[in-house]
Amino acid sequence: MASHLPPKPTAQYEETAGGGLAAGAPHAPRGMMRWLLTTNHKEIGTLYLIFSLTMFFIGGIFAMVIRAELFQPGLQLVQPEFFNQMTTMHGLIMVFGAVMPAFVGLANWMVPLQIGAPDMALPRLNNFSFWLLPVAFLMLLSTLVMPGGAPDFGWTFYAPLSTTYAPPSTTFFIFSLHLAGISSILGAINIIATILNLRAPGMRMMDMPLFVWTWLITAFLLIAVMPVLAGVITMMLLDINFGTSFFNAAGGGDPVLFQHLFWFFGHPEVYIMILPAFGIVSVIIPTFARKRLFGYASMVYATASIAILSFLVWAHHMFVVGLPLVAELFFMYSTMLIAVPTGVKVFNWITTLFRGSISFEPPMLFALAFVVLFTIGGFSGLMLAISPADFQYHDTYFVVAHFHYVLVPGAVFAIMAGVYYWLPKWTGHYPHLRLSQWHFWLSVIGVNLTFFPMHFAGLAGMPRRIPDYALQFADFNMVTSLGAFLFGASQLLFVAVVILCIRGGEKAPARAWEGGEDLEWSVPSPAPLHTFETPPDFKPQQH
Amino acid sequence: MSGGTYYVPASSKWPALASLAMGAMMAGTGTLLVYGIAGLPVMVVGLLAILAVMTLWFRDVIHESRSGLYDAQMDRSFRWGMGWFIFSEVMFFAAFFGTLFYVRTFALPWLDGEGAKGVAALLWPDFTASWPLMDPPDAAIEGPHETFSPWHLPLVNTLILVSSSITLTVAHEGLKEGYRETARHWLLGTVLLGLCFITIQGFEYYEAYSHYGITLQAGIYGATFFLLTGFHGLHVIIGTIILISILVRVQRGHFSRDDHFGFEAAAWYWHFVDVVWIGLFTFVYVF
Repeated sequence: MASHLPPKPTAQYEETAGGGLAAGAPHAPRGMMRWLLTTNHKEIGTLYLIFSLTMFFIGGIFAMVIRAELFQPGLQLVQPEFFNQMTTMHGLIMVFGAVMPAFVGLANWMVPLQIGAPDMALPRLNNFSFWLLPVAFLMLLSTLVMPGGAPDFGWTFYAPLSTTYAPPSTTFFIFSLHLAGISSILGAINIIATILNLRAPGMRMMDMPLFVWTWLITAFLLIAVMPVLAGVITMMLLDINFGTSFFNAAGGGDPVLFQHLFWFFGHPEVYIMILPAFGIVSVIIPTFARKRLFGYASMVYATASIAILSFLVWAHHMFVVGLPLVAELFFMYSTMLIAVPTGVKVFNWITTLFRGSISFEPPMLFALAFVVLFTIGGFSGLMLAISPADFQYHDTYFVVAHFHYVLVPGAVFAIMAGVYYWLPKWTGHYPHLRLSQWHFWLSVIGVNLTFFPMHFAGLAGMPRRIPDYALQFADFNMVTSLGAFLFGASQLLFVAVVILCIRGGEKAPARAWEGGEDLEWSVPSPAPLHTFETPPDFKPQQH
Repeated sequence: MSGGTYYVPASSKWPALASLAMGAMMAGTGTLLVYGIAGLPVMVVGLLAILAVMTLWFRDVIHESRSGLYDAQMDRSFRWGMGWFIFSEVMFFAAFFGTLFYVRTFALPWLDGEGAKGVAALLWPDFTASWPLMDPPDAAIEGPHETFSPWHLPLVNTLILVSSSITLTVAHEGLKEGYRETARHWLLGTVLLGLCFITIQGFEYYEAYSHYGITLQAGIYGATFFLLTGFHGLHVIIGTIILISILVRVQRGHFSRDDHFGFEAAAWYWHFVDVVWIGLFTFVYVF
């Protein structure tokens, strides 16, 4: 991998590498306690990433169960009740346990490094945010062995399925989501305080790398909508255990109210899972195209526009529930409006590539795949936004194809791109090139085999969340299942790459990628435990 | 930025213990609700552990602050942190107010047959929408017999809470001018007003259950009433506890004229709780 060797190592950092707070290290706890009690943003970032990877595999195993059952028509492996628990837990684990913590982990590691801060603004709170997650997900996973089984009403947990007809374990599901929500809110507060207050002197807002910008906006979304989720699950808790009638029309409430509240949270939530991905791709593409990001300011404004619009589109998830006509129209048009800022972003990525000196290291491969495949997911989203058309697509596999395209080759690929991009900074070694390339190509093939046929099955009318299907869908489903097994198995390669990279490999210099211009490339690889204890010299670039 | 070094605390056991305590409290509460009394001790132990850990955690922070480890930049971190935390609380209550408005504006009229979505009237043809909803659609659910007049106890509580915001501001002004005794007295007054509010609210809940038939089970009126006033009341209780601890700190001379963010954060929180009450008084009691 000689192509990305830097012209010369940067020496700016070395003076502080062994001093400062690191000098207090003899008192620091060791072994397990070190990780349990840490207040260091890098250690907490690592914890988040390991947690997320673990959850990715647990949620992945649930997906494998689903795909094994759907391999052919008829019921072969599992009971329908258990199938429903699998779809529900797969969604919840992947959304709240894998994707969100992965982005928080990346933010923990990289935001302080990219803005020249010594740590997160509130380090103890940071540790608290992390350790709430294992507690929350232990509680969620324990519902699988409770009498009546785990939650079985889908990750959207619509009332009254999740209230009147729910298994007893639902109360534990609610509490686990409360804990995960508190974790997200506190984490977001920390990230905002860090970005607004701890930037290196001289770094203006419009000098920040886009990963930092997108996370700032994501954190705002989290603080705005996680409390709404907390509110709606609290109302569920009261309906289930205390006889209130929030989602019960017999007492004057309304099950549709649940959907409004849920999607007021849920739609910003899907942008919470994609905006940091935009940020990662927006720092990777310029690095490997060896050009400045095209349209930096428009990227920032587009991100902010998407975030604001995300509060005005929630009912496009509810087109068939019986909304008044004005609501159908309003939410249809406001949803289609989101294509404009998103189009700006895709345009900017492609224009950044235009006439660049492009090289195809693993992070770039994932970033480029993101641009293409996320855009496919965006276009199917535009189709779903058209209310009259959605009456046909609603609750079919077309929807499943859509949101998996934006979440798997979208969010997950961006996370992997970020991991490959920053692994040299974390471990001091480059990831194994051949294995990384195998991982990439098998993932790309697997992901498209899995999710592309779902479009056809969905358009032909195959409903989602059903363990059996009509015979005409058999071929599509078999291809999908084979693709899913391929994708699932190839993620073991990812684990192998990460472990190998931690243990050794080609040494990476401070500026591991020659096109990398942000502050993280000015500290040694691997980054010492404490960085930027005195703020670095930051010289703004002209964007 | 003073000196250019931002204080990063060494490792701490409080966050991990706090997570464990919260997990215990929630697991205990879940067990209590689903499987019965066995969960109660776990819930209580969890709750006490949370309070203990919070006390010890804040004690560390206060100690660090008083040792001069914090600079102006750290102060700004705390300000951003508290400000955004209060914003998250605003959104929490927004969900509940949204529920109230949705039910009153859409759900009940539709159940009564109004507009294009009025087909819902087929479910309970005899239902008539009204607010407060005295007769829920289904006869199996008994509505309230009577609702509170806003101009008795709720008005008293409004006056109490608004005056408590005023007394708190006087205390703050006193602190800023360096009159610690003034600050202490007016802060004590604020705490007492908070306690009065909680007592009156408790009495109102007793009345609601014993005379008015307003219960959690009394249809959507009782549900929204207790949801909004209950979570608000909980916040008043938390706010009062915060103010009491700030009172202790004033007494011990922790605050100086220009460095007392602990006091200010508590004041922000108290004013926020006050504003929520104004919304409650307007939309739960008056209109």
